[in-house]
Amino acid sequence: MSGSFRAELVKLVRRPAAWLLLGVALVLALLFTYVFPYAGYAAGTAGPNTDRALPMLLPDQLVGNSLGGFPVFLGSIVLILGVLVVGGEYGWGTWKTVLSQGPSRLAVYAGKLLALLVAALVVVLAVFGAGAVASVLIAATESQPVAWPSVPDLAVGIGAGWLIASMWAALGALLAIALRAVALPVGLGLVWMLAVQNLLTAIAAPLLDWVAQLQKGLPGPNAGSLAAALGAASDTPGVAATVGGGQAALVVAAYLVAFAVVGGALLRRRDIL
Amino acid sequence: MNLPVQTEGLTKRYGGRAAVRDLDLSVRAGEVYGFLGPNGAGKTTTLRMLLGLVRPTAGTVRLFGRPPAAGRLAGVGALIEGPAFYPYLSGRENLRVLARYAGTPAERVPLVLDLVDLADRAGDRYAGYSLGMKQRLGVAAALLKDPRLLILDEPTNGLDPAGTADMRRLIRRLGAAGCTVLLSSHLLGEVEQVCDRVGVVSQGRLIAEGSVAELRGAAGLRMLAEPLDDAAEHARALVGAERVRVADGALELAVDPDRAAWLNTELVRAGVAVRELRPRERDLEQVFFDLIGKETTDVR
Repeated sequence: MSGSFRAELVKLVRRPAAWLLLGVALVLALLFTYVFPYAGYAAGTAGPNTDRALPMLLPDQLVGNSLGGFPVFLGSIVLILGVLVVGGEYGWGTWKTVLSQGPSRLAVYAGKLLALLVAALVVVLAVFGAGAVASVLIAATESQPVAWPSVPDLAVGIGAGWLIASMWAALGALLAIALRAVALPVGLGLVWMLAVQNLLTAIAAPLLDWVAQLQKGLPGPNAGSLAAALGAASDTPGVAATVGGGQAALVVAAYLVAFAVVGGALLRRRDIL
Repeated sequence: MNLPVQTEGLTKRYGGRAAVRDLDLSVRAGEVYGFLGPNGAGKTTTLRMLLGLVRPTAGTVRLFGRPPAAGRLAGVGALIEGPAFYPYLSGRENLRVLARYAGTPAERVPLVLDLVDLADRAGDRYAGYSLGMKQRLGVAAALLKDPRLLILDEPTNGLDPAGTADMRRLIRRLGAAGCTVLLSSHLLGEVEQVCDRVGVVSQGRLIAEGSVAELRGAAGLRMLAEPLDDAAEHARALVGAERVRVADGALELAVDPDRAAWLNTELVRAGVAVRELRPRERDLEQVFFDLIGKETTDVR
């Protein structure tokens, strides 16, 4: 399996699409977490999101600010990465090339999942790093004191972000295996994350109690609850304290394991055409 | 002894359609085995089952005595249904990645690139390769593990004539060096030139198997003579009635071609005008079409 893992890492590092996705993730995170809120503050705009005032943009808010994107838009990017890493083999017809070299399907799949875990951690660390730089710049510009979150808080925040990002990556991998393609899994995954989740939260849950209860078991709301528990702003799409942070972490971890196991079972069982 | 390839009752159905039916295939160590059949005959499905990519509906596959999954394809290299690689990597990088999957030292990469004559372009991105270069890279990947069994599916597809000749030489060389080669092809000339034994598959079934010479059948003589009826009568008297057949205005004689001079003398002495007398040897194409035609008729 270590050979498969190393092979997957090489493929991931050399793949331009992976770097493009990382770049897009950082740009989105910086724009919506720091640039637009600070521009609004600097211009003196009094919008509805009053909690986006200057104190929210300073280094001590790094954990919450960095986690806010992972329930929806940063999660979507990691999901796309998960689809690409697994679905690319279907798109290029390279499953047969890889498996003809002798590794078992599960070894290759495990290598892919491990590489995705590494990629998810890189995305999380990059978002935290970019956020740290942005918040320090804002603090310096506004002559504010620089106070960082404690190391344990940072570690928990990074771990939570990694957990959420890994879950979305595993969902992307599962969709790619289930649909044996790239485009359709990306499309369906994004529709779920960007449209269905929001529609359930905004329209269905307030009207129907059973939908509201169902929300407590879905991956998106649990990811949002975990981010909210660690300080993500409640005006961020997908962030809401639907359940407690501990429960949310367990549910997200359970989804991560479930997506990985179902994906592996499907891959092991089906013909490689 | 464990054969490099042995299948028993191998069957694959997709819904109600049988792609491969009850296939018993044996490839002996050190031989170049031609797996011959028209498009859609079930060749690639069979090869995919050999490698564990497709699960058989029924029957067993053994490579060197072990199921493909259990043996992890140890000592087996394969190129199945055309080359497929990562377009953003160079040819060399693709092979290095595959070497990691295979657990093969990276030192094998330049060796196999040299073997398929691709070393000069190995640094180029795969996306920019011609079809022939892609095919060479596919064969290089199949050789990465220095295999004892090489499974090649249409390896000369997309190669120019020089490349085709090179590839056939390479296959013969590998065979001569003791590597067992299972060569799937629909190119009769290729199989005829390269293979020691041939299996002919049609509509998912193995309909004939043997050496090229065995499949061609016994050599004989073909004669044009006048009058044809007299020639046939005298020939039957000379070599036996069961060895003489009239076909397409000629005599076909199932006798050793070395007896041509004697036969000519005897017939001329009997007053027959022999216009042409030459060895008759069915080429593989004739054999193939006879077999396929018979199979199609049988199925109907």
